[in-house]
Amino acid sequence: MASLTMTRWQLLRYVVAENPLSLAAFLLFAALVLLALIGPWIAPFDALASNVGAPLSPPSMAHWFGTDSLGRDILSRVIIAARLDLGIAVAAVGISCILGGLAGAFAGYFGGWTDRIVGRLSDTIMAFPLFVLAMGIVAALGNTVANIVIATAIINLPFYIRVARAESNVLRNAGFVEAARLAGNGEVRLLFHHIIPNILPPMTVQISLNMGWAILNAAGLSFIGLGVRPPAAEWGIMVAEGAQYIVSGEWWIALFPGAVLMLAVFCFNLLGDSLRDLVDPRRRT
Amino acid sequence: MLTTILKRLLGAIPNLIGVIVVTFLLTRALPGDPAAFFAGASGTAEAVEEIRKKLGLDKSLPEQFIVYVRDLASGDWGFSHATGQPVLTELTTRLPASLELTLAGLFLAVIVAIPLGILAATRPGSWIDHLCRGIATAGVSLPTFFTGLLLAYIFYFLLGWAPPPLGRLDPYLSAPPTVTGFYLIDSLIARDFEVFIGALKQLILPTITLALFVLAPLARMTRASMLGVLSADFIRTARASGLAPTTVLFAYAFRNALLPVMTTLGMVFSFLLGSNVLVEKVFAWPGIGSFAIEALVASDYAPVQGFVLSMALLYVLLNLTIDIAYGFVDPRMRVDG
Repeated sequence: MASLTMTRWQLLRYVVAENPLSLAAFLLFAALVLLALIGPWIAPFDALASNVGAPLSPPSMAHWFGTDSLGRDILSRVIIAARLDLGIAVAAVGISCILGGLAGAFAGYFGGWTDRIVGRLSDTIMAFPLFVLAMGIVAALGNTVANIVIATAIINLPFYIRVARAESNVLRNAGFVEAARLAGNGEVRLLFHHIIPNILPPMTVQISLNMGWAILNAAGLSFIGLGVRPPAAEWGIMVAEGAQYIVSGEWWIALFPGAVLMLAVFCFNLLGDSLRDLVDPRRRT
Repeated sequence: MLTTILKRLLGAIPNLIGVIVVTFLLTRALPGDPAAFFAGASGTAEAVEEIRKKLGLDKSLPEQFIVYVRDLASGDWGFSHATGQPVLTELTTRLPASLELTLAGLFLAVIVAIPLGILAATRPGSWIDHLCRGIATAGVSLPTFFTGLLLAYIFYFLLGWAPPPLGRLDPYLSAPPTVTGFYLIDSLIARDFEVFIGALKQLILPTITLALFVLAPLARMTRASMLGVLSADFIRTARASGLAPTTVLFAYAFRNALLPVMTTLGMVFSFLLGSNVLVEKVFAWPGIGSFAIEALVASDYAPVQGFVLSMALLYVLLNLTIDIAYGFVDPRMRVDG
């Protein structure tokens, strides 16, 4: 394999050269993060203020993305929404990765009953169509943004458990772990100092492959009226607000938030693919 | 073969139990006190206590669980406050609409994705390979609810080719007599071709929306799996023996490549059933998904729980079917017994 003689930087350049889309995705990613960080300062209008323009006016010089039925500026709302959408996805994926990673690492390392319990838990989650389970969880816990985060975190758990379990199961018999064990390290110390740092790269790949899906799920939940409530700006709920106008021809209300949502997910998926090619070229499909 | 099927059936039981336990726990986690809810704002403390006893909420959790399972088994899934009907009746009358849409979406996705994946695998690096990769990445990035709206805008509002995205049938046509509950099949049985065309027209856009989303994992897996098989030794031998290229491709390669594709079908069904809910909302499709959304908006929880449970049962059933079909495709499974 050529990568053995290449530095990471050379490999990165190789991957980018072979697939220029990766570079575009990375730039888009940077732009999205910037929007989430400084959105409130660059939005041309107040995202919640009604009648900053005539209601339902099509895109124009004053309102690039047009206005919605309450005369709110759609461009401002799309910009402001970036923080909420990305925030929900990052929080959910973060919780999922930490809890799932720990559970999976314990299960893979210790085996036995830990493994059986974790395996059963993950199988039970996977026995549901995941989006439907998320709907049920939000309905039961209550209709808030925090519960959207929890529901999205729960349905992502099995993916992290699976990766962490498989990796730590292989690593526990690796030579360097044996050596550390013989040097007198305790099991828990071995797990946290020798196993978990080594499962971080595949977990990172899993995060980037998962992030787009997490955004889609959260937006889907708010599209059907769960979690984020009007008048808050969020891409899914903005598409829902525009849905009733699309059959009468006011396309811009749903189109712009929907298109930005799609771009964001597309960008995360492309990044995830490139990162996977970089870290683990064998898994490429 | 029979023992294999029996084994698979037994293997589905832990999943089934898991599903029922989780839906029970979700029922228990409901916000607020159901007894206070039923007693109403003017209910006294004694009235609340009495209702709590009547609903069995004063019992311990394991006891309540047994009552829950017994009620489920006897068909008592609770009542929908909004429609006043038993949840089970509502779900069974609406299920065919959802199933018809899901199966149509799956069918379309399979007949597009598998040839696309095979073509991409036989010509790696060609334009069709890039097309396959592009579609695969774009497909999973599409928010189903957004693609649905976009298709409705283009094909209904701009071009006028599609009927309005409202329901399964034009209001001036009457539904065919129910045999299977699938309008396409029922109208053919009744030999009512006008209704058949009408139902088909309504079905096209939601089906394409669903298919676009699940096409991606299928095409991707077919391509990867075909690539793997095509580079195997037995394919080289088959080619060297002078077998026709199509025989090699379909009889030798494709049959072997099918196995990993069938394994991904489980994930595909999970996607399908989930996005079905969103598509039903966009196209005002009278299935169980839009029923659950209406109930969610009205804070009517029994239908939501019933919906989650029935979807999970459906999913377990679909996975079981895949497992059993797997045994038919893979001869090794037959020997093991």
